[in-house]
Amino acid sequence: MKGWILAFVQAGLLVFGAPFLAGWVKWVKCKLQSRQGPPPWQPYRDLLRLFNKEVVVAESASPIFRIAPYILFSITVLAGSVVPMVATGLPTSAIADVIVLVGFLALGRFFLALAGMDVGTAFGGMGSSREVTIASLAEPAMLMGVFTLAMTVHSTNLAGMIGYLLTHPFQLYPSFVFAAMGLMLVAVAETGRIPIDNPATHLELTMVHEAMILEYSGRHLALMEWGAMLKLMVYGVLLSNLFCPWGVAVDYAPWTLLIGLAAITGKLLVLGTALAVAESGLAKMRLFRVPQYLALAFILCLLGMLSHVILEVS
Amino acid sequence: MALTQLPLTEQVVLTLAALILFSSFLLLAQSRIVSLIHTFAWQGALLFAVTCLMAVASGRHHLFISAALTLALKVFFIPWMLRRLVVRLDIRREVETVGGSSLVMIGGGALVLFSYYVALPIRELSFLATRNTIAISLAVVLVGMLMIITRRKAVAQVIGFMSMENGLFFAAVSATYGMPMVVELGIAFDVLVAAILFGIFFFQLRSGIGSLNVDHLNRLHEVDR
Repeated sequence: MKGWILAFVQAGLLVFGAPFLAGWVKWVKCKLQSRQGPPPWQPYRDLLRLFNKEVVVAESASPIFRIAPYILFSITVLAGSVVPMVATGLPTSAIADVIVLVGFLALGRFFLALAGMDVGTAFGGMGSSREVTIASLAEPAMLMGVFTLAMTVHSTNLAGMIGYLLTHPFQLYPSFVFAAMGLMLVAVAETGRIPIDNPATHLELTMVHEAMILEYSGRHLALMEWGAMLKLMVYGVLLSNLFCPWGVAVDYAPWTLLIGLAAITGKLLVLGTALAVAESGLAKMRLFRVPQYLALAFILCLLGMLSHVILEVS
Repeated sequence: MALTQLPLTEQVVLTLAALILFSSFLLLAQSRIVSLIHTFAWQGALLFAVTCLMAVASGRHHLFISAALTLALKVFFIPWMLRRLVVRLDIRREVETVGGSSLVMIGGGALVLFSYYVALPIRELSFLATRNTIAISLAVVLVGMLMIITRRKAVAQVIGFMSMENGLFFAAVSATYGMPMVVELGIAFDVLVAAILFGIFFFQLRSGIGSLNVDHLNRLHEVDR
């Protein structure tokens, strides 16, 4: 029972912390470019404003257009609840392993792409086709990276993976170095950050995510935006807890839970700062160079798996 | 021996070994000549770090001499000389398209697997904890060879050749704590001479066929004109 309560609290923290992470990245980016910038809690205000606004739906929209934001948001919340954020061993993490997590995110993307094509504008279709192209290249790399980790820890369950890393003494696994680099590249591509997609623009021919949600307004838009922030949060928690698991609580004592909360907050703030620094230093890539970028991610994950086989098992 | 029983220095050696293999793949994919030279220098730096770590871990001080040679030759001198040649030949901005780059990458991955299977029986002969890296160094050699095959420009081919030599040196360091000092000094001197000879060869090639693209060597002047 206590586990279920904790699981719900953790999912709530993930859902309501996500806008802060997005706002934090934006704030750090503004500071790096010596601009004043909105405060990190600005996304909460934006979401509230959007929820209070009227919804306008195009005449040619089908029911899919209306239900897609709800489906996308709830699937992303479900995916987020699987990821151990503060504590491992919660009952929700036993529901699904990391392959199902990738599947959840793919299902959300499927509805996002459908919604983009639904109204029939040129921008929506273009965005959807680009999103699906990027996803089809990113997913093999992501699964390869995940399998590399799973081979070391002998489990595909996220809580099991983190628990294994916490209970064993520190090891420098060569395969983890590669998997971390590869999964970071994949995460940047999947969450639509700068070398792949620019999250800060509405009016560009090269946009991907914004092109798909261009027709949305009001609470639908709020849910779409929130879903995107959640996705960033899920990837952030996944990367920081898999490759730097220290601090995650293994039991339900209040003290360890508090440490776990502080640890994940610190890790996410550091990761967000790193993302902001990387985004300020890089320029957006041409769309036709994205396959090369994702091929690099795939090669990294493949090398991770090979170095596991060659160097770590004998 | 499983990874969990190794001391931390040897775990770092294994990680660096994997990074050397990664730098080989970067060399394979890199299309700009100047960044190619920089990547080659980084590979040399990784090799230097591995040699130093092995020297510390094994307590064999002659490895420090080969580490110093690596640092001087492969991190500083050869990249500096190649860079100067590139500037003097005025090909700094040239971009070489690697034909079918993803195919070449997959080929590189296949070579890694192949060298793993080839090195399996050899591995049994060595008693060092880091003997698993024999497969990695063989893979570095083969990937360097693949680079020579796939590239058209002479400078890139020379870098491929040098990275093959890096692989051989790495194999010697990680499998048997380095070669005898005489052999090592001789090889270092050979590499130095080769680098200088390649420089002269570049100029000859350019004055002969007007380009560094070795594909032009297949063509006959009389047929073309």
